[in-house]
Amino acid sequence: MRDKLGTIGARTGFFRNNYKITPGLYCIGEPSTTSPVVVTANYKLSFDTLRQGLVGVNAWLLVIDTRGINVWCAAGKGTFSAEEIAYQVHKANLDQIVTHREVLLPQLSANGVAAHELKKLCGFRGRFGPILAADLPKFLQAGEADEDMRTVTFTLRERAVLIPLEICMLWKQLSVVALIIFILSGISPDFFSPTLAFNRGILLVFATLTAMFAGAVATPLLLPWLPFRQFWLKGAIMGSLASLLLLFIGWQSLGDIEKIAICLWTISSSAYLAMNFTGSTPFTSLSGVAKEMRNGLIFQIGSAILALIFWIAGPFV
Amino acid sequence: MQGFRYLDDTAILRLSEDKCIGCGNCQLVCPHRIFQVRDGKAKIVDLNACMECGACAKNCPTAAIYVNPDDGCGCASYIINSWVARIRGKAPSRCGC
Repeated sequence: MRDKLGTIGARTGFFRNNYKITPGLYCIGEPSTTSPVVVTANYKLSFDTLRQGLVGVNAWLLVIDTRGINVWCAAGKGTFSAEEIAYQVHKANLDQIVTHREVLLPQLSANGVAAHELKKLCGFRGRFGPILAADLPKFLQAGEADEDMRTVTFTLRERAVLIPLEICMLWKQLSVVALIIFILSGISPDFFSPTLAFNRGILLVFATLTAMFAGAVATPLLLPWLPFRQFWLKGAIMGSLASLLLLFIGWQSLGDIEKIAICLWTISSSAYLAMNFTGSTPFTSLSGVAKEMRNGLIFQIGSAILALIFWIAGPFV
Repeated sequence: MQGFRYLDDTAILRLSEDKCIGCGNCQLVCPHRIFQVRDGKAKIVDLNACMECGACAKNCPTAAIYVNPDDGCGCASYIINSWVARIRGKAPSRCGC
């Protein structure tokens, strides 16, 4: 139960940086001197996935210190490295525990670990296993990974589990934006009206929440089916649909200029959030993200500023 | 990775055939399967599927592969931070992910 709560915590970002496992050697089943040694990161979800994937297998689990970051990201940041693996191999006296001289590395650690350097550092040869822990039993049985095991995927389920964190990391930004919205919404011909601030502000905040849904929930889920390759364009499409929905469900009280403001705001916010999702996918290159951001940010900032100008102008026309 | 293609002609990935010894490490580690060793040399068979993760370059024993070295983190906040840092002439701050 506490474990399940912990997973929810890690997925939603509460104390996100505190889901660490103590580094060192762990047992799965009843490993012997000839059992395989599997290396992983000391992030709770990495450790759990591996434990679940290896049910029914006897193996040693060498958890290295990646400061609570998952395998792929830690490898990218340089903490999942040959040096760190060698350090943990020595610390656990692995050469006295097993008779073979091989450790199995997750394939996605390859951007941080040069397997051919590992032997020089600790006497153990590094061998890349499959991408998914769930494929490990099959890999151990067959002795090699097939093309499917070596190809990264991004299924609906894999996208869905990322969404809570996408949303939960936004609360801080959202509260700042909401505060600004309430202040700007109150600007009136009589200088400032608290009633307007609340009544109009709540509408724009609602539009912002709708944009969050469009850009950070709907866009990731519908990712492969949305047109365009640039994420901000995918987000702009979902934002446009969301703003049409907003206009459709009423807002009769709004003037035309405010309706335009709502649309522009929703589209630009959704485009921005969709663009942010690039960092969570396993197929976007940094060069590509930088390229789309050069176009995307200009559109988003321009259209957000225009939206706010129109919104402020609302009570004056 | 069916159904997922990112921007074409953008990824920075170069392979030097002269340096390549055909060991196949790149083919083994690439999560998008873009390398194939033919006649003792690695070939890039699907450049536009590259996400610049750097696994191939890291595991190339002869440094025959060059990948966009600006790794850091592939997220938008990191890129914004690095742009802001360049304007202010400072080292980029972490993105928090």
